[in-house]
Amino acid sequence: MALKIKDLRIYYQTLRGDVKAVDGISFQVKDGEIMGLAGESGCGKSTLSNALILLKPPMKYISGEVFLNDKKLPIDNYEAMRANRFRGVSIIPQYAMNALNPIRKLKQIISDLLEHHGESFVKMRDMIEERLKLVELDEKVLDLYPIELSGGMNQRMVMVISTLLNPSLLLADEITSALDVSSQKAVSKMIVEFRDRKIVRSVIFVTHDISILYQVADSIMIMYAGKQVERAPTETIVKNPLHPYTKLLISSLPEVGIKYSQAPLKGIPGRPPELLNPPEGCRFKDRCPVASEKCDEEPPLVEIEPGHQVACWKVGAIDD
Amino acid sequence: MKFRKSEILFFALRNTKLRIGVFIVALFAFLAIFGPYFAKYEPQDFAGPGYNPPSGEYWLGTTTFGRDVFSQFVYGLRSTFLVGFVGGSIATFIGLFVGFLSGYKGGLADELLMMFTNIVLVIPTMALLIILAAYLKYRGVFLESVFIGFTAWPWTARAVRSQTLSLKTREFVNLARITGMKPLKIIVVEILPNMLSYVFMVFILQFGGAILTAATLDFIGLGPTQGISLGLMMQQAVLWNAIQLGMWWWAVPPGIAITAIVGAMYFMNTGLDEVFNPKLREM
Amino acid sequence: MIELKDITKVYSLGAFGKRKLTAVDNVSFSIGEGKIISLIGESGSGKTTIGKMMLKLIPITKGQILFQGKDLSLFKGEKLKEYYRYVQGVFQDPFSSFNPIFKADRIFELVKSEFFPELTGREWQIHVLDALESVGLNPKTVLNKFPHQLSGGQLQRMLIARALLLDTKFLVADEIISMLDASTRIDVLNILAELKKGGLSILFITHDLSLGYYISDESIILYRGSVMEAGKTEKVFSTPLHPYTRMLLDAVPRIDRKWTTFETPERKAVRSDTIGMCKYYDRCPLATKECEAQGLIKVEEDHHVACWRWNDV
Repeated sequence: MALKIKDLRIYYQTLRGDVKAVDGISFQVKDGEIMGLAGESGCGKSTLSNALILLKPPMKYISGEVFLNDKKLPIDNYEAMRANRFRGVSIIPQYAMNALNPIRKLKQIISDLLEHHGESFVKMRDMIEERLKLVELDEKVLDLYPIELSGGMNQRMVMVISTLLNPSLLLADEITSALDVSSQKAVSKMIVEFRDRKIVRSVIFVTHDISILYQVADSIMIMYAGKQVERAPTETIVKNPLHPYTKLLISSLPEVGIKYSQAPLKGIPGRPPELLNPPEGCRFKDRCPVASEKCDEEPPLVEIEPGHQVACWKVGAIDD
Repeated sequence: MKFRKSEILFFALRNTKLRIGVFIVALFAFLAIFGPYFAKYEPQDFAGPGYNPPSGEYWLGTTTFGRDVFSQFVYGLRSTFLVGFVGGSIATFIGLFVGFLSGYKGGLADELLMMFTNIVLVIPTMALLIILAAYLKYRGVFLESVFIGFTAWPWTARAVRSQTLSLKTREFVNLARITGMKPLKIIVVEILPNMLSYVFMVFILQFGGAILTAATLDFIGLGPTQGISLGLMMQQAVLWNAIQLGMWWWAVPPGIAITAIVGAMYFMNTGLDEVFNPKLREM
Repeated sequence: MIELKDITKVYSLGAFGKRKLTAVDNVSFSIGEGKIISLIGESGSGKTTIGKMMLKLIPITKGQILFQGKDLSLFKGEKLKEYYRYVQGVFQDPFSSFNPIFKADRIFELVKSEFFPELTGREWQIHVLDALESVGLNPKTVLNKFPHQLSGGQLQRMLIARALLLDTKFLVADEIISMLDASTRIDVLNILAELKKGGLSILFITHDLSLGYYISDESIILYRGSVMEAGKTEKVFSTPLHPYTRMLLDAVPRIDRKWTTFETPERKAVRSDTIGMCKYYDRCPLATKECEAQGLIKVEEDHHVACWRWNDV
């Protein structure tokens, strides 16, 4: 198992109290798996992925354990994590295009970073050029400054840099959100290619866009208000979702071929609860069409079939 | 609208920083307004023996020449407030006007205004003030304030311009435009309120800056030909070696007053930021 | 209702405006009453610039916009205000559309003070409640709140409600749901579709083809300031004739079909030999030396394409 997370809780400290952004999450990611992590803004998906690599205030570790390749990952210890960052876990941040120092040559940026991790730029040069080719960048860019590259090129540069030491786990945080459709496709392709070539062992692909996950992910985990509501192989989540939230979410996606005049879609009424004082029981109950008194109790995450877990008392109870 | 104003007042009254700041400034303002009525002597009167430490007769002691320090202090406070208020207001007003107009209008108006601003900016202010001061036989505190105000605005204009430029790109300005509002109204009701705490900070800095410039002018003997100011007091204290002679009562009060007034206004500024910004308020 | 005639917008960049950037290049189209037209394009296509020109927020370099037959450049002062009584806009970023230091419902107050100063507070209140109801908002949850206390979806709906307070006949909706969450964005789309039934014309600007398909009667595909393909939405989407439209449609992530190939020719750098050529020349798999810049060709009723090789596509 590449990644194993047990009952992880990460809160945000604010003056008004703790915001329970990640509240008891357990899951595993297999070797070679691309797991999609989807949910609305504020559901905790970005918090979860950031906590796995850079847990710093106002984020606060509450409880839980993380194992990477069967070794415990000290995510709550900022210093001890240093050895794991980049080599064990790496991230392509959301605003990757602005992540590089604009007035330092890319060659220097890379060589600083490699030296910091005890590697040498000269020795790795061939490999770096090969990786650049993989993301369709010319090796000449190494002699340029980030400011001279376009946003998309910078993002691909970050993809190369963050995977140079072949990390076991790559976190891709909303990397397609700001891109045009054609670039979205190109970036998604590169992530898949990195995995296929075993440059990274597994990937957590965080996005709010389920249709992208359907193209690249092997499995999808849906989060809602700090909790996981459903996890299943991609095909199952999209074609046969069981949790009411997943169902409504998938059925509200507009697609080429669906017109308002022929088949109007419906959104989900209401909005997610405040995570400062989340309601008891199921966090979706206020918006759920099938909620009942039972839902005042928290539904456990149950394995319905191998690889398919749902946290809902009513699983299978609603039909379309 | 009515409700909104009372709400801002509510948060303003509850803000500790603001309350402390207002209290200190009000205290000195009170002293500046009413202090002279309690002073037993005129500031330049030779009230008694020199070198007197504070006592029941001379509340803040006397100077080398036997002038009453308390009288000098309260009258000086008065003129310091006058310089700060008049000079600071003029500089703030011109700076805001030029900054808003230049930032919002853009184009040719912007270029011309900024050219003018830069010209004023590079004129050595102190030299100009020295020349002006030297040409005028009679110089009062008010005239000094006006001079200071008319030379201190350029950096405010530049800062306000850049703030306006960034606010102008926000969609709510576009929304105001498609509501048919005129440019001046947009500046006043949409952009200015977003910068109120900033405007206040500008005013504070200009207030403090005017006080300090006045003190400098006083120090080199180009201050008011009549009257007294805190700057003049400090100049005389330093000139007659008050510190070395252990006459702390002469040198320290004007320094403390200037520091406290400017410091308190900074405090008010941070407090006001919390009042005007609903996001900060909730924390 | 509103018509664009050969609209061009050139931005001057750099010192003394020496570098010129053509954001919109000779674009013409018109929008009829009760129609929704999608303006679809990637970033840099000029779609937002067109919307802003129609709202008279930025000047036009060349060409004409006619609203009910009248030239937009003649609307100034009071006349411009009268224009805004009929033509309104909603922008991409709901949070930036509200002045953060005021209550969100102030946007209604401003409409009242500018356009309906004669109405009493109570009369106005009735209008506001009506407008809120037609966008499906509960007055209790949105009135008397600051913008940061409301969700993006609620804010966008308030902005639509604001447009309804006027006699809006034409609405520019510029990427209005791209910043909203999946569960609420469809509701905002449905509101637009409902308003259309009441006779409102809408220019729906988007980069998301599926949204364009969902809501619009006609679609215009824009690439680097030029129209590549235009026509009835169903025709453009079912029989795309321009290589660019096809590429876009293939690249859209869908949940009913996986990408067959991963090939997406991306634009690399500006090449000097492309001047005067079709804008898509350097990315187009079918490009030949004859691919000069091309106006729209009418292929069938309500379907135009700017590619002379449309038959080979």
